Amino acid sequence: MPHDHHHDHDHHHDHDHPHHHTSVSDPDASRVAALEAVLVAKGYVDPAALDRIVEMYATEVGPHIGAAVVARAWTDPAFRARLLADGTAAIQELGYGGRAGEHLVVVENTPDTHNMIVCTLCSCYPWPVLGLPPVWYKSAPYRSRAVMDPRGVLADFGVTLPAETEIRVWDSTAEVRYLVLPERPAGTEGLDEAALAALVSREAMIGTGLAGTNPASQR
Amino acid sequence: MNGAHDLGGQHGFGPVQPEPAEPVFHAAWEGRMLALNVAMGATGTWSIDASRHARESLPPAVYLTSSYYRIWRLGLERLVIDHGLASAEELATGVAVDPPRPVARTLAADRVDAVLAAGFPYDRPAPAPAQFQVGQAVLTRVMHPVTHTRLPRYARGKPGVVERVHGYHVFPDSHAHGGGEAPQWLYSVRFAAPELWGQDADPTVSVRIDLWESYLVAAPQ
Repeated sequence: MPHDHHHDHDHHHDHDHPHHHTSVSDPDASRVAALEAVLVAKGYVDPAALDRIVEMYATEVGPHIGAAVVARAWTDPAFRARLLADGTAAIQELGYGGRAGEHLVVVENTPDTHNMIVCTLCSCYPWPVLGLPPVWYKSAPYRSRAVMDPRGVLADFGVTLPAETEIRVWDSTAEVRYLVLPERPAGTEGLDEAALAALVSREAMIGTGLAGTNPASQR
Repeated sequence: MNGAHDLGGQHGFGPVQPEPAEPVFHAAWEGRMLALNVAMGATGTWSIDASRHARESLPPAVYLTSSYYRIWRLGLERLVIDHGLASAEELATGVAVDPPRPVARTLAADRVDAVLAAGFPYDRPAPAPAQFQVGQAVLTRVMHPVTHTRLPRYARGKPGVVERVHGYHVFPDSHAHGGGEAPQWLYSVRFAAPELWGQDADPTVSVRIDLWESYLVAAPQ
């Protein structure tokens, strides 16, 4: 395949000229390795704990959890009411919560209202329900524009809302973390919770997408 | 502080570029960096607010040209050095030379799940009722502290309306600098886009910001 050939070419090039290799991640990799070595040697961190943290966020915690919360809210009106009244407690019912999600608030999209979450000052994000934030969420383009031009940001994601739709942007400046409860797509009346959850992308729960429209970009 | 991190309303960064099928980590070091940050935070040597301040204190040109995990690395290196846990030379070589300095606790592997599931709640018992009520008109203060704050520049000196009372929360402006938790009432305050961005702003847009009580004053009648 052409792509493989290209990859091989690059590889041989690097191999032949190791001193010219300038991958941007290399200084970070060596500095982080040194940081870990020193902190472990001094007994501040347990390397097995680091392994477990990486494993947890790489393989266990992610937007599939938020999607399950959303699907439950779509199918269980009493749960939905509890979720909107006290997000932390309702999500804890399903067994989720904790670091970077100690105080969870769920905001509901309606036909008239669309919510979008941002952290203009850093990268605050509801880890227990969405996992770690994607690069774009932490990027200057998103953090600078979401509060000033949310419709322009939505256009970057291929989403156009009616001009009269009210847009509520939530700038997450505290240890309160937000999750958007997107609108349930039309025509999904017969679907069970698992099928509904598959329609809920990470973007739909941040408010840069809509449920049922971009499932390929999730998880 | 008015650092490069305070990005709301700045122009010129271009479109948001979501990455299809983005991996959780783009390189193995990013995962280690995340874990180091979590594990060092769990030692209790500094607060999450101090961590944020270390990152936002990076030179603006560095902040704006670094990946977020590099920002985390630079921030953690700074904290480790400033707290005397390791020297710059040790971090450059990866070889521990000086004896360790005691930390309050170490996160053991078999405690990771429980500690992260419990998290670190930031609400505290309130000694008195909140000063502002839902629906009340408020004004944000004009302030430019050189120290840590969570009142974004774009929302200083602006009229808003209290929409939620979140609770009585640790105050980052104090906590970031070793001044104790000094908790205060925390509110969600609603600002109409024209109040933030001017007459030409989209009137269907509003921004809600989580703001501590000392950032606010009652709006003049």
